[in-house]
Order: sequence, then structure tokens, then C-alpha cells
Amino acid sequence: MIDYCWLVPFLPLLGFLLNGLLGKKIGKKLAGWVGCGSVFFSFLVALKIFSELLSYPASERFFQKTLFTWVVSGNFNINIGFQIDPLSTVMMLVVSGVGFVIHLYSVGYMGKDPGYFRYFSFLNLFVFSMLTLVMADNFLLLYLGWEGVGLCSYLLIGFWYEKRSAADAGKKAFITTRIGDLGFALGIILLFWTFGNLNYTQVFSQAPSVLSHGGALITAITLLLFLGAVGKSAQIPLYVWLPDAMEGPSPVSALIHAATMVTAGVYVVARCHVLYELAPLSMGIVAVIGAATAIYAASIALVQNDIKRILAYSTISQLGYMFLACGVGAFACGIFHLFTHAFFKALLFLGAGAVMHALSGELDLRKMGDLKKYLPVTFWCFLAGVLAISGIPFFSGFFSKDEILWKAFSSPHGGFLLWLIGFITAGMTAFYMFRLFCSIFLGKSRVEEEVKPHIHEAPKSMTIPMIVLAILSVIGGWIGIPHVLGGKEHFGKFLSVVFEKGPETHGIIHSAKAESLLMILSVLVVLIGIAVAYLFYISRPQLPKNLAEKYKGPYKVLLNKYYVDEFYNKAIVGPFINLALWFWKFIDVAIIDGFANGSAYILGWISGVARKVQTGYVRNYALSLLLGAVVILAYFVLR
Amino acid sequence: MSWLTPDINFKIISPELIILIVALLVLILEPLLKGRSKNILPHISWIGVALALVSVITLWNREELGFNQMFILDNFSCFFKIIFLSGTLLVILSSISYLKEEKIFHGEYFSLILFATFGMMLMASSLNLIVIFLGLEIMSLCLYILAGFRRYDLKSNESSMKYFLIGAFASGFLLYGIAMLYGATNSTNLKEILIFTQGFENPLFLFIGLGLILVGLGFKIASFPFHMWVPDVYEGAPTPITAFISSGPKAAGFSALLRILLFAFGSLHIDWSFVLWILAVLTMSFGNVIALSQTNIKRLLAYSSIAHAGYVLVALVAGGDSGISSAMFYLLAYTFMNIGAFIIIIFLGEKKVNLDDYSGLVTKYPILGITLALFMFSLAGFPPTSGFMAKFYVFSSAIKSGYTGLAIIGVLNSFVSVYYYLRVVVIMFMRAPVDEVQKVPIPFFLGLALLFSVWGTLHLGILPQSFLTLAQNSIFSPF
Repeated sequence: MIDYCWLVPFLPLLGFLLNGLLGKKIGKKLAGWVGCGSVFFSFLVALKIFSELLSYPASERFFQKTLFTWVVSGNFNINIGFQIDPLSTVMMLVVSGVGFVIHLYSVGYMGKDPGYFRYFSFLNLFVFSMLTLVMADNFLLLYLGWEGVGLCSYLLIGFWYEKRSAADAGKKAFITTRIGDLGFALGIILLFWTFGNLNYTQVFSQAPSVLSHGGALITAITLLLFLGAVGKSAQIPLYVWLPDAMEGPSPVSALIHAATMVTAGVYVVARCHVLYELAPLSMGIVAVIGAATAIYAASIALVQNDIKRILAYSTISQLGYMFLACGVGAFACGIFHLFTHAFFKALLFLGAGAVMHALSGELDLRKMGDLKKYLPVTFWCFLAGVLAISGIPFFSGFFSKDEILWKAFSSPHGGFLLWLIGFITAGMTAFYMFRLFCSIFLGKSRVEEEVKPHIHEAPKSMTIPMIVLAILSVIGGWIGIPHVLGGKEHFGKFLSVVFEKGPETHGIIHSAKAESLLMILSVLVVLIGIAVAYLFYISRPQLPKNLAEKYKGPYKVLLNKYYVDEFYNKAIVGPFINLALWFWKFIDVAIIDGFANGSAYILGWISGVARKVQTGYVRNYALSLLLGAVVILAYFVLR
Repeated sequence: MSWLTPDINFKIISPELIILIVALLVLILEPLLKGRSKNILPHISWIGVALALVSVITLWNREELGFNQMFILDNFSCFFKIIFLSGTLLVILSSISYLKEEKIFHGEYFSLILFATFGMMLMASSLNLIVIFLGLEIMSLCLYILAGFRRYDLKSNESSMKYFLIGAFASGFLLYGIAMLYGATNSTNLKEILIFTQGFENPLFLFIGLGLILVGLGFKIASFPFHMWVPDVYEGAPTPITAFISSGPKAAGFSALLRILLFAFGSLHIDWSFVLWILAVLTMSFGNVIALSQTNIKRLLAYSSIAHAGYVLVALVAGGDSGISSAMFYLLAYTFMNIGAFIIIIFLGEKKVNLDDYSGLVTKYPILGITLALFMFSLAGFPPTSGFMAKFYVFSSAIKSGYTGLAIIGVLNSFVSVYYYLRVVVIMFMRAPVDEVQKVPIPFFLGLALLFSVWGTLHLGILPQSFLTLAQNSIFSPF
């Protein structure tokens, strides 16, 4: 099946074409089948590839399948080719697996939307682009997928484009990530300039000999690539688009803005680990940005009231964890957290979608409460997701997050401060997730009276995907149980071929005792977070209000997200618009248009005169032919 | 003097034989068939062309000489035959409904097209100047008649007459040039001319001969200043014939020019490249600038076809492997996009040839509007269409050979051309339709031809490598 790996991205592409071109003709039911079926079969193929990969010995789990040569120009050679190795296989499984579940959910969720076909064709196109991104065996194809997912993200955030805020959010996402994409493109160009090639194997095998360790060039390349990752994975300072992206339909948030696309940055950093390992400075920056984003976004999530935005900030924060892991050299841990996060965060978004569905689109958690009895399935699923993300022992998030914290502490690239930030963030995460959970499902009902009679549990097509993801959120981490807890760390071992020296930390403080101690500490901080949330939102509901009154300043800063959007508008967007206006009025209209119109006028005039040569008389034509002959012969004779 | 035993090898001329037999068959059947049974003639013709295409493909990767070194079978000739036969196929398929509409459905139309195709194929696979001339004349005579095929129409008559007069004049130059070359080198065989030009003494005769050949073939490829016939002939000829003239014969002219300039005269590149440089610049600029002020779409495409000849000349100036292969790729791409554009004009009929008639076309015929826009974008050289890749390869081959200035002039020319190509798109998409006639369904075979052209235009644009490799494998070794 590995020879047929092109089927994995091809099937969703086919679905996209079918639904995009014929969607209206084949009817809603069939369109839904096409949308889900294409991704499902793609998942099956990915699964088969995975099982075949397991049958090879670990060191031979690497294949590059070239479909065809796309462009050859001089020594620039680009193949459409796919790389099958443990890393890309994990990503394939996540994208197609979680993708399929979310497609299924969408059948119910988007059932009554008039843009049903458009929705499914975009969603399929997204899955195609994302699979291309993770399966590419060269940087250009990666870039194709990278831009493809960006486009789909834009299209789906602005899916309800009649709504101004949705259209604006789409634009914001597109433009903000574009800043990162520019860096990414420059990084790729720099790679090509250095290596004359963009194929992974060639670049990575030549890198240690061509580039000096810690040199300026490698640092520039890795930082530029990381800039792309910062944009796509919503890290400081380019994270501002992700909260707004919640304007899109909930399944879109689950698929694109939680499980897959936003993790593309982490994937790229992990994929290029050979390059990053050559650039210690870049590694440090990745770790610091990751840690800073983790705590920063978590602090905003503490006080927000929009359930999807809380989840968005939580996603940013969790992505920060993944970058922290990559930054300290624990790439496999980063991917492991990506893997578990895909399950529980997708689940939480789908749960939020179910809550919205039940409450006729309500998003404000001050207008919820006591929904447990109305939405029992959603309640239990959501609880599984909340426990997983908070890092309660033996739920999936626990293993991945704890491993990151341990690596942040013990890795030679890490340190106490990085660990401390991650540690505090873990407590904050537990707090805001339980705040969200308690406000939605427990306590007193604050639902508006006219909405109340319509509250209903979601249809089967929505609950079943949630149940599947809930189960995965619980057990998904068991494939990576650390040695300390008697596990075998299958996940890390599976990926270790890719990251060679990755998971092996040259332990300075490598001792089981320290690891267990840290584990206990982080469980404690999580429990404290949960207890505080319980205290605030169940037993003493007036307490948070009093606190907000008392610390008005800090509260307002957090509520207004540190005023970063306002700052960006004043400091960057405003001046940019003014500059653009100046360019338009002066450079464009006066100079460029003047030049263009002038030359067009002159050409038009010449054209009008020259056409008169065409008299229509054969004798003139023959004369022109003769004159031409005379001139040519004269040249040869007189030369 | 001894007799040469005739060196006959039917195998290597099998595509030509198929075309010839089918052409004769159609000619014989025409008077025998009555009424509706004549409808079978175009189908016989296109099936014959398809068979010939298949036989060309089976002859791929063989190198054989035959008929006393007069005929050569190599990948170069096969590639050009693929271009000719694809063009012929498209033209035949799109002619059927047109001929009925214009009430000129006669069998000889198809056999003339086939004979002309035979002539082109002969031109592409000959190493002898006399045979090249023979092929050119077979092709031209058929085209003169075809241009005047709408006998009742004054413009068609004018077109045929002008084409014939100027064509005969140009043929004279060509033949005179061949005579000069024979005088200089004592041979009409390109291989022997090659051996001669590699020597030290190159008499003036040789260059005068070359100059005269340039005039003769320059007429066929519509290079400045031998292009004057093009707009008048294109405008008056039946539209399918205009499509035909603008693709196959032009490519045939280039195939001969490539062999003569880059094979036989390859070692004298320095001596002739300046002439071609000037011709390329003037042809591109003249075609594009005058196209700006055209209001008749057939005339517009006539000037566009002049401009495109200029781009191919750029590749000839560049020379070398990449020059030859990029010229071949360009001609293939041009065949699809150009005939594709003409197919839509064929469908709309001879009465709708003014740009104003295309107002709001897309609302009336969405598919035709969108495909015509695709061809216009391709002709203008936008990615992801074949026109972009073709221009890219041509200009990069020019830069590779050190003709950066020429490439810059070429790119500037493409800028100018964008104006008149996109004007068609603007008129189709952004103006209110002028509606008086009801919608006609698209005939099946015309639709098929359209689909084929769209495929060619997109395939060569998105996945250019397959055909580029083909072109790269089919160059003759330049001198």
C-alpha cells in the first residue's frame, strides 16, 4: 500500500472536485457521503500504510515515493513526491482520522445550511492540502500544502461571509499568517540558495557538512522557517488571528484551528529538527516563544466569557507547550502532545458546537449553566476532554504534558524557568477549563427564558463523533506512558527513527526520582486549579465578582486581552493604511498610472498609425516582402 | 552513371501513407455518396488522422533514413507530426457543424485538409531541400483552395487570391534560395550542406541562398516583414481554415527552419543570428502593437499569431538543445490554445466576428465564455496555462544562451499583449449581452475538440514536464 500512498491526499481532492463541481446536482445526501467517504477511505489507506510500516524493522521505516517530476529548469528539480516515515504517518493518521470524525459531525451540524456543498468541498480541499503538507518529501510541495491550508482556513473562517465579523475575521487570519508565510517562503528560498535543492533527504543530509554549527546562515534559515510556524500556529506575536477565527463554524474550529492546521508549525519545526539542532540560538527562541505564549494565552483564557474564544486561547497556549518541547530538543514529545491535543481539543470544540446547537447559537458562558440534565452525552464527553486537557493522571493529556514539563526541566536546552512557566500554565489550564466546564454544565441555570424550551441534545451524527473522540481523549495517551510509570513509551520509540537522538536526553538530572517528584507536583497544581475553579463557580459564585472588583486593573487588562489588538491597530494597521493611501494616491495614481496610461496611449497611437500600412493592396504586400528580402540580402552581402 | 536501386521503406512513411490513403478515399467516396450518407466523410477523415497519430507513436524512438536520404524518421519529425495531426484532428472535428451551417459541406474539404497535412508531414521529415519544397507546395496549394472555400463570399475569394499571389511570390524566393545553396555546396541534402558549412570557405552564394530561404519560410511562419498577407487571409478564410493555417503550416515552416538553421547552418550561428534577432524583435513588436487596435476577433488573432511567431523566433535565436526543445514545446502549446480559441469563434459563426458581438458571452454560453477566457489567458501567458510554461521555456533558453536583452523585449511584448487578450475577456464578462438570437446547443464533435484543447492547454501548463521531456528527447543534435 505504501506504493499507493498518493491515494491518501488524492481521495479528498477527488471529493473536493466532485462536491465543488457537481455538489448541487447530486443532492445533499450524496454530497455528505462524498465528503465523509473520501476522507474515510483516505484514513483507511493511511491505517494500512501504518501497519505496513510497522512490519519493517525500525531503521528501514523510510520511503520516498515520487509520483512524477513536476518542473525541471536547469538544475532546479521539483518532484511531486511523498515521504512515508513514522512522523508523516502519525500526521497522516491524525489528519485523516480526526478529519473524518469531524466531517461526520458536520453532516449533522451543517445539515440545514444552504452552503452545504461549498462547506464540504472546502473541508475536503483542506484535508487534501493538509495531507500534502505533512506527506511532502520536499519543501516546495510542503509550501504548496502550507498555502493551501491557509487558503482553506480563510475560506472557512469567512464561510458565513454575509456576516461582516466573519468576513473580517477571515481577512485578519489570512493577512496575519501571511506575515509568517513571507518568512517561511524566504526561509525556503534561502535553503534552495544554500543547497541548490529542496528535497528533505538531500537538505538534511548535507546540512551538517554545508552549514557551520550555530552559524548565521543556519540561524537565519531556522528563524525564518519558525516565523512561518509562528504565524500558522498562532504564537506570540502573530497569535491575534486565532481567537477571531472562531467566527467560522464549530467543526471548522475543531479541525483547522485546533487539531490540524495550527499544528503545522510544530510539524515543520519537528520535520526540520536536523536544521534546528544546528542552531542553538533558534532552539532557544523557539522554547522561549513557546513558553511565553503558553502562559500568556492561558492568562487571557482565565477571564474570557465566550466559550469558543476560551478554547481558542487554550489552543494557543497548548501550541506553546508543543513549541516549548521542540525548543528544548524533545521533538517527539512535541509531536506526542500534538497527537493527544488533536483528540481532546477537537472534542472540546465539537462539544462547544453541541452546546451552541442546543442553545440556538449562544456563546456567552454567563448565559449557560446546569445543562447537564439536558445534554447528558455532551456533558460526559466534554468532561473527558476537560480532564484530558487539564492533565488528570491517566487521561491522554497527562502523559504528553508531563513529558514536556519533564523535558523542559531536564533537557540541556531547558531549565528551571521554562519548567516553572509550564508548571504554572498547567495550573491555569486546569482552572480555566473547569471554570468553562462548571459554568456550562453545573451550577444554576442562567439560560435566557425564550431559549430554554428549545434546549435539546444533538443528533446522533454529532454525538457519535464526540463519543469516539472522548474515548480517544481518555486512552490516546496510553501509547506513550513513560518508563517512570512502568510504560514502554511506544510513541517516542516509533518516532525515534526520525529524531535519532531526539528523545534521548543527555540527562543532567536524569533520575526517576526527580521525574516522579515533578509529576506529583504538576498533578498537585492541577488539582489546586480545579479546586479553585470549583470554589469560584460552584460553591461561592459571588467570589470571582468580588475579586474582579478588587483587582479592577489587572482584570480589565486580561479581559481586554492585554489590549494587543488595539495596540496592533494603532501601531501597525493604522500607519500601514496611511502608507497604503499615500502609495495609492501618489505613487500609484500619479506616477505608475501616469506612466502606464502614457505608454498605453503612445502604443495605441503607434498602433493606429501602423495599421494603415495594411492597405489591402497585394502589390504593397509584395513590395514589403521584396524590401525585406533586399535588406536581408544586403546585410549578408555588406557584412 | 549507374542506376541507384530505389530505396523504398514503407514502414517509415506509414503515417504519411495513412493520411494519403484516407485523403484519396474521401475524394473517391465524395461523388459516389449521395445526400445524408456524405456525413460519414468527416468521420472517416478524423479516424484516419487518429490512426496516423497512433502510427506516429509506434514509430517513436527510431532513427531511420530512407528513399536515398531524402526522408528521415526521427523523434524530431515525430514530435512535429504529433503537432500537425493534433491540429488537423481538432480542425476536422470542429468543422463538421460549421460546414453544414455555412452550406459548404463537401467531401473535398476534408481531403484537401488531409493533403495539406501530408505536405506538412513531408516537410518535417525531410533532409532534402527539394523534398521540403515539395511538401511546402503540396501544403500551400491545398491551403489556397481552402481559404476560398466559401465560394459565394467575396472576402473568402479575396483571401484565397491574396494568399495565392503572395504565396507564389514567396515560393519563388524559396526555390531561388535552394538553387543558390545548390550552387554553393553542390547538394540539396542538409547533411552534405552541414559538412560544407563546417569547412573553412563559405562563399557569398551560400549566405544569399540562406537569406532567400529565410524570406520564403518567413512567409510561411508569418514573420515581419513577410506577414502582410496574414490579417487579410485570416479574416476572409472560413474560420476552421484560419485555425488550420495558423497552427499546422506555421509549425511546418518552423520545422523546416529549425532543420535548416540549427542543423545545416548550425555552425554559422554567429553569421545569421543577428538577422533572426532583428526579425524576432520586429515580429513580436509589430504583431502585438497592431493587435491593440483591432476590432475583428479573427484579425486580432491574426496579429496575435504573428506575435507568437516572434516568440518562437526567439527560441531559434537562442539555439542549442534548449532552444530547439522550447520552440517545439511552444508550437505544441500554441496549437492547442490557438485552435481552442478559434473553435469558439467557429461555433459563433462568420457573422459574429466583431469584438462587440462577444459582449456578455459568458451569461449566454457560460462554458464557452470560460474556456475562451482560459485560451486568452494562455495566449497572454498566464500561469497555470500552457502559454505561460511555453513562454517561460523560450525566454529561459534565450537567457541561457546569453540573449538576455531579447528575453526582456519578449517579456515586455507579452505585457503589451495582455491588453488585447484580456480585452476579449472583459467584453465577455463585464458587458451586458447583446441578445437577439436564441441559444444553440454545442455540437458534440465541436465540444469534443474544445475539451481536447482545454486538456492540452491545462496539461501543458500544470504538468509541463511530460511533454517537455518528450520535446527534449526529440531534438536532433544541433549541427
